Amino acid sequence: MAEKVFIDGNEAVARGAIQTGCKHFFGYPITPQSEIAEYMSRELPQIGGAFVQSECEGASIYMLYGGALAGAKVMTSTSSPGFSLMQEGISYISAAQAPCVIVNVMRMGPGIGTGGQQGQTDYRQVTKGGGHGAYRCIVLAPSSPQETFDLVQRAFYLADKYRIAAIVLTDFIIGRMAEPVELRTLEFGPLPEKEWALKGKGGKGGRCDHPAGAPRFPGDLSKGIITFYMHLLDKYQRIAESEVRYDTYLADDATLLVAAYGSSARMARSAVNMARAEGINAGLFRPITLWPFPEEPLRQAALAAGKVLVVEDSPGEFVEDVRFAVQGRVPVHLLGLWGRHNERGGGIIYPERILEEIEKLT
Amino acid sequence: MKEKAIAKEKVCGRPRLRNLMPGITCPGCHYGIIIRLLCEVIDEMGIEDNIIGLAGVGCSYAWPMTFDIDFGSCPHGRAPAMATAIKRIHPESVVFTVQGDGDLGAIGLGCFMNALLRGEKLTTIFLNNAGYGMTGGQMAPTTLPGMRTTTTPYGRDPKTTGYPLHAAELVATMKSVAYSARCTVHTPANYQRAKRATKMAFKKQIDGIGYGFVEFLSACPSVWGLSPVESLQFIEEKMLAEFPLGEFKNVDSID
Repeated sequence: MAEKVFIDGNEAVARGAIQTGCKHFFGYPITPQSEIAEYMSRELPQIGGAFVQSECEGASIYMLYGGALAGAKVMTSTSSPGFSLMQEGISYISAAQAPCVIVNVMRMGPGIGTGGQQGQTDYRQVTKGGGHGAYRCIVLAPSSPQETFDLVQRAFYLADKYRIAAIVLTDFIIGRMAEPVELRTLEFGPLPEKEWALKGKGGKGGRCDHPAGAPRFPGDLSKGIITFYMHLLDKYQRIAESEVRYDTYLADDATLLVAAYGSSARMARSAVNMARAEGINAGLFRPITLWPFPEEPLRQAALAAGKVLVVEDSPGEFVEDVRFAVQGRVPVHLLGLWGRHNERGGGIIYPERILEEIEKLT
Repeated sequence: MKEKAIAKEKVCGRPRLRNLMPGITCPGCHYGIIIRLLCEVIDEMGIEDNIIGLAGVGCSYAWPMTFDIDFGSCPHGRAPAMATAIKRIHPESVVFTVQGDGDLGAIGLGCFMNALLRGEKLTTIFLNNAGYGMTGGQMAPTTLPGMRTTTTPYGRDPKTTGYPLHAAELVATMKSVAYSARCTVHTPANYQRAKRATKMAFKKQIDGIGYGFVEFLSACPSVWGLSPVESLQFIEEKMLAEFPLGEFKNVDSID
């Protein structure tokens, strides 16, 4: 068994990236994820990599884009306001189909929000794409430091496999809570060569590349917009068919299915245990990939249970995807951020509050 | 009627690194001349195998496909950030950006200045034609006072729109910069001077000394509303009065 360490989700991001071969990181400080950049600034120079502290997230994302075009495994991390600043870059990265990993450790609210405390209010922006031009990014949502460590590795693999931006979506709770993490290296199989990378034509037998404007990029925009989008749609379809991941807990005989992701799923899992102790057959459905969304498995689980309770620390965004999956065939209730135990930034939707809601519905 | 026999000798041709792609710029634009200059410089310095270019948005958007070297396209103003990552990942390569006055001086000024602040070892070719070409002749940070553009229809009034950006002078004040010069290509002699300056700006990067910067004053007959020949005169009389030519910094070491 690999070494086990007691670390938080932010450190798990950094360690997971290095574990899978990422040597270059670009970032800008923002609460609650600055520890990722701090860790990288300490470790990457030791392994011959580059850590660059950018002047803003708008620059981080273009360093990431440049690094991806250079053919390296590259990552940036940020939190909600910084993620907003990155949207233009993510659009360009998606147009060039440049493989890279972006981590968003969410915080609450629009604007300055609660100033860096817990929240899950970026769901729509992250899963639907906040930049211009109709594109998709893979979105992975861990609910523990161990899963963060593992999914960051998977994110690099998926990014390179499909030439796409992969986003790891955590939040204040996942980022700042510490648990034992097994430092295991995940093996995913072979990846395509990055023969298109910018590194000087001398290293490529004299062949030069002009990314985002030249024929060698499959589905390049210069070939025509229909060709470009058909290429993307085909790729998105392949991802949707083979990369959906989700987790269920006591869902088989559930008469009420709680649907939640990330930190809310941890609270929901405790609430399910408490409900079971009271004789209520509650179960949990937890999407791990937010895009591609586990639409069909969720629909089946929801139909079997007959009733769904969505829990999310937001006014209600994830619930839209759940409702879309269920297609009105069973009732879908929402416990949103009004379930927090207090009005201030440190408010949390505790399992007891979720249990109350479960009791009301059964 | 018999044709006279003429002895033909090739005296000029397409530079070796210039791809067979038609120029996309307007008649009289100096971009084509600067492209030739860069092709010659890269060829003569023997760096084509490990050079990587990055062009911004605007009239330089088609430059990547024009060169037979690795050459990426960048969003508006962000070439220095992308170049930073590429140079850090491939430190043995020679990385340069090509940026217009809107790209470098307006939307990308922060990005550019921060690359200088970080002490990147890059080279920037700055194309100053005193206006926005691609979008149809609006005011740029380098537009001359009094100059009419589509967004300064009464002439650029410094009281409300400020004064032109003097990039080469500004860059020279930055500690991490090894070379900064302003050139033109509006006469053959100036072309040769600009070529020497460009080589120097690459050499400073290759020698690991610091940032190399060359500003080109470039004719834009379409925005200026002048003929190509009148544009040469405009550079001589108006542009040079505002933007003096010369080397503003040239150092061989930075402590």
